[in-house]
Amino acid sequence: MLKNRIIPCLDVKNGRVVKGINFVDLKDAGDPVEQAKIYSDGGADEICFLDITASNENRDTIYDVVEKTSKKCFVPLTVGGGIRSVDDINKLLNCGADKVSINTAAVENSKVVVDSSKKFGSQCIVVAIDAKKNGDKWEVFTHGGRNNSGIDAIEYAKEMENNGAGELLVTSMDRDGTQVGYDIDLMSRISSGVNIPTIASGGVGNLDHLVDGIKLGKASAVLAASIFHYGKYSISQAKKHLKTKGVPVRI
Amino acid sequence: MKVTIVDYNSGNISSVINSFLEVAKDKVNIEVTSDLGKIKSSDKLVLPGQGSFKSCLDALQKINGLTDTLNDFVINKKKPLLGICVGLQMFADVGYEETETKGFGWISGKVSKIDNQDGKYKLPHIGWNQINIIKKSKIFKKIENNSHMYFVHSYEFIPDDKNVISAITEYSSKIVCSVEKENIFGTQFHPEKSDKTGLNLIKNFLDL
Repeated sequence: MLKNRIIPCLDVKNGRVVKGINFVDLKDAGDPVEQAKIYSDGGADEICFLDITASNENRDTIYDVVEKTSKKCFVPLTVGGGIRSVDDINKLLNCGADKVSINTAAVENSKVVVDSSKKFGSQCIVVAIDAKKNGDKWEVFTHGGRNNSGIDAIEYAKEMENNGAGELLVTSMDRDGTQVGYDIDLMSRISSGVNIPTIASGGVGNLDHLVDGIKLGKASAVLAASIFHYGKYSISQAKKHLKTKGVPVRI
Repeated sequence: MKVTIVDYNSGNISSVINSFLEVAKDKVNIEVTSDLGKIKSSDKLVLPGQGSFKSCLDALQKINGLTDTLNDFVINKKKPLLGICVGLQMFADVGYEETETKGFGWISGKVSKIDNQDGKYKLPHIGWNQINIIKKSKIFKKIENNSHMYFVHSYEFIPDDKNVISAITEYSSKIVCSVEKENIFGTQFHPEKSDKTGLNLIKNFLDL
């Protein structure tokens, strides 16, 4: 039986982890490679790097990080942040990323999704949707949540499926950083509207939130950052909890 | 021993290369090439494959003489080959992804889209699923039945002769996820992304 996945996400800036694991005895707490290895050894089903490097001159640092990580971690590695073109995707895949997650570029030019899924296969193209509630609908935001595109998130999800996305990473901007749980309404509407797997993101504060993301939000996978970083929960605790709640996980 | 990962521009093979290098250390020489001479002189081949059945076969055929060299290696020389994902699917006679495309025909059968039961099951089949080992295979040495492996695919290989099936996985139906026919081995899952269990399988192939 297919298991639901738990995906820890690490924010990487200029090649260094910004919010990272700081509860274990690390030689270098800012080293993304070491942190990714801790997660994969701990049972993470996938690792996600979000590159939040702001300046263009430091963009290339992520390639080095991906290359080193892929030599140490043998679980799938997804990399997002700052991807603008098919060429950027090609470079990341060549460095050892297994999937890329595309956000702003997919909104501005859906051809990037069409072309890259044709060239590399849908299996490695994740479209990241940052959505914020406005009245009775959700709108898609770009540029790290700064710009409102005005596009309806539910419709956009379907469009991206048709364009060749293999998965959708759905982040509720209303919930991100709040630790009050995923936006279940948003998640379940998107999950039910498409036939490709969805990943829930934004708002996890405890382990029951992960259960809700899968059971109520109908997500195939759950992504979380801060609950794992500061030692509040380990990956294995999260998996045990999901298992006791009847969610199939790989243990 | 020399093991060659066939590089025919089938998309992203970095993970395959990294995992084989990790397992091989300095005991086995791992080459990554499309050079026909080097392929011929190899002891074993690894045939990765990402993207569609058609795009992989098109890419293979763009390299002059590669298909004949692979046929000779597998059918005449009977040296071991491991196909991964679309690499396994290409063993079939025919595939139906994008358009009807002829495969190698090493193991007769077809590659069709997984039946998602009217949307009840999501496609691609992405994530960790358990393998049910139904036939003793050398590549499963020290790998327990019901181990988890990482999958990502929307099409499945349906071989005519069920005796070649060494493992299946349960999704919307029983999906063939490993085959073995004499010197030909294939996995639908990705051993290179299946953590320690996957690396164990790679070791078993190198140890053959």
